[in-house]
Amino acid sequence: MKILATYNIKGGVGKTATAVNIAYLAAKDGYRVLLWDLDPQAAASFLFRVRPRVKGGGKALIAGKRPVDDAIKATDFDNLDLLPADFTYRNLDLHLDSERKSTRRLRSLLTPLRREYDVVVLDCPPSISLLSENVLHAADMLLVPLIPTTLSVRTLDQLTEFIADFDGHRPQILAFFSMIDRRKRLHLEIAAQLPAQRDDVAATAIPALSAIEQMSVRRTPVAASAPRSQAARCYRELWQEARERAKLPDPPPQP
Amino acid sequence: MQKALREFVLVGAADTPADVPQIADPRFGITDGGKARTLRRTWLDTFDWRLYLAGLTLELRTGRGTAELVLTARDGELIAAERTGGSTSAGSASGSADGRPHWPCLAGELSLGPLREHLTPVIGVRALLPVARATSVLIERRAVNADDKTIATLTLDRMTVTYPKSGPAPARLTVSALRGYQAQASRLTDALTAAPGVVAAAAPAFESALAAAGRKPGDYTSKIDVQLTGSMPAALALVTVLGRLFDTVEANLSGTIRDVDTEFLHDLRVAVRRTRSVLKTAGSILPASLASRYRPEFKWLGDLTTPTRDLDVYLLGYSSMAGKLVAATAEELQPFRDHLGRQHSLAQRELARGLRSARFARLTSQWREDLAQIAAAPPRRPPVGRLAARQIARAHRRVISDGKAITATSPPGSLHELRKRCKELRYLLEIFASLHDPAEQWQAVNELKALQDCLGEFQDTEVQQAELRDFAAQMMADRSAPAATLLAMGEIAAALAIRQRRARSEFGGRFAEFASPQGLARIGALTRVVA
Repeated sequence: MKILATYNIKGGVGKTATAVNIAYLAAKDGYRVLLWDLDPQAAASFLFRVRPRVKGGGKALIAGKRPVDDAIKATDFDNLDLLPADFTYRNLDLHLDSERKSTRRLRSLLTPLRREYDVVVLDCPPSISLLSENVLHAADMLLVPLIPTTLSVRTLDQLTEFIADFDGHRPQILAFFSMIDRRKRLHLEIAAQLPAQRDDVAATAIPALSAIEQMSVRRTPVAASAPRSQAARCYRELWQEARERAKLPDPPPQP
Repeated sequence: MQKALREFVLVGAADTPADVPQIADPRFGITDGGKARTLRRTWLDTFDWRLYLAGLTLELRTGRGTAELVLTARDGELIAAERTGGSTSAGSASGSADGRPHWPCLAGELSLGPLREHLTPVIGVRALLPVARATSVLIERRAVNADDKTIATLTLDRMTVTYPKSGPAPARLTVSALRGYQAQASRLTDALTAAPGVVAAAAPAFESALAAAGRKPGDYTSKIDVQLTGSMPAALALVTVLGRLFDTVEANLSGTIRDVDTEFLHDLRVAVRRTRSVLKTAGSILPASLASRYRPEFKWLGDLTTPTRDLDVYLLGYSSMAGKLVAATAEELQPFRDHLGRQHSLAQRELARGLRSARFARLTSQWREDLAQIAAAPPRRPPVGRLAARQIARAHRRVISDGKAITATSPPGSLHELRKRCKELRYLLEIFASLHDPAEQWQAVNELKALQDCLGEFQDTEVQQAELRDFAAQMMADRSAPAATLLAMGEIAAALAIRQRRARSEFGGRFAEFASPQGLARIGALTRVVA
């Protein structure tokens, strides 16, 4: 089981849109996928029409009083399940803090699911917190959406340095440019230069496209509702790149 | 994988195709459309329903260029599934080398894997055969909640049975809850239950298909399943039993001629032996002309089946024999296996010829006619309860006296005779089983069976040693026996002799147990006259 996480300290950079589409495309390729919507804003849950409610809330989940398994909902897509958000997730830091090995709790909660899923996608809230530290320790790969600005690149450097200090397991970083505005020269320049200069920046970039914004209206991944659109194509390329870099084995045969 | 939550049968007008019913509950909606797909289905079991009796269902599902064998429990829980490749030949004749199973199919002919592992101990030496075939047109719809989120899938199954008889089966609707939506899906099934023309399915699709084809699962047994009462005229009871035994002969005829598996011949032979036993022990209960006319005929039929059965026994035990070789290797024994195979082919051909002969056809028609004549006006006395008690007591006395006469120096023939007496007693117990208390009957048969097993081991090893010498002579004569093979066969002969000696040494203990006061009491309980 590989754990991918969409992560950025900033909000509104395309984390949820990426998590939702990557999870959908992985499932479509035949992987058994779980998407965990860790953001109390519950955007990913909304996009899959799943009510953002977990019995017992985040506290029971983190404390292990309610098995993760019980909270999982099937989406309308084959092979793709969702662990929905809950408004109590806003207090996850507090609940995590009261656990032993508080930075590794998320990983241990996911361990029992390794026989059931091939890929887990974590959609993280924008923050730097105990929860995000848990995500960094749990993930095998971080998908980091970047707005092509100099400050965003600086944030990526900070993240890379932070992870370099980890003992033992360190997630692989795959940053990619998101919400590129083709009318802005700076966006185009940075998006063209950086992938050539840095190994941890993907060749694929996701432009700012209205089809992606419309996902919240259609409440379905753009890769499903408009599979031939430019947005779907970009997410497919990003998924392929992530899949190759994460060295994901072939999916299991379909039942 | 979604698990079926509930299955319904749709009862509607025969001239309009069934559709998903409308439900009046505003909490749920059912999507329109849904692409239809066609699934060809073949349900498989052994001739004696071993899978069904073990609570299992095996189905070959063929559609969209794929074929899959699926083993489920009676409640639909998946146990094992295996893709078998191409889209054709669900039910075609065996013999192709395309890697797909073809029917009939023995467990050893299935590809290695979990499916074979599950099936082998259940079906044993029996072949898997198609018991029903159907074509299903499946239409999938989604049930959604107020958020337009799918909570369950509804699969409409318009099924037409194509084998063993053609005809439509009632349409079925399966509701499968999506993970995490069981509670909402349960409320949906409640709403469906209230819809007109929707009835909870009482049996799985397999049984529905069989019913549409006029069959019932478990409709074959080699047991004598006739219900006698003690006051029934004995002649009528015996004729009823004989008719049922001939049903078994006829039921196994085709499988024996086609050599589907060894149990067809086995069941046929047992029915013939039981028939001979009834004719022998009936005395004056049945017209003397019936016994004089048919005893030679059934002896002929029994003898006709013996060579093939003996070779079946050899071939069934071959792997075990070859596996126990100490000095020789399995490869050295292989020419013997080849010889057995050739002999079996010859014997099988002779057997098939006999079963297709005019003599057998005459036996079939006249035997039924003569039984029907007796049944039409049976003598009223004696009642079968009295006959059963008398015959069982007499057969038991003979077993005891013959058994007591056997000493350490008795020749093998005397043990063989005792075995025959035991068989006669066993057949009487089985024929009159419905007159007795099942628990008492079971205990008595079990005790007798232990003695029979010992005598059977002694006699079978005796016969096999003699046959082995004949086989060796034949192989020498046709120059198909290398020296290493003959040595390996010698080792097998030695193993048979050891087994025979062991059975001989165990006989005293087994017989003492059978003839003990408790053993006598158990049989004695079955010799009380039943009213």
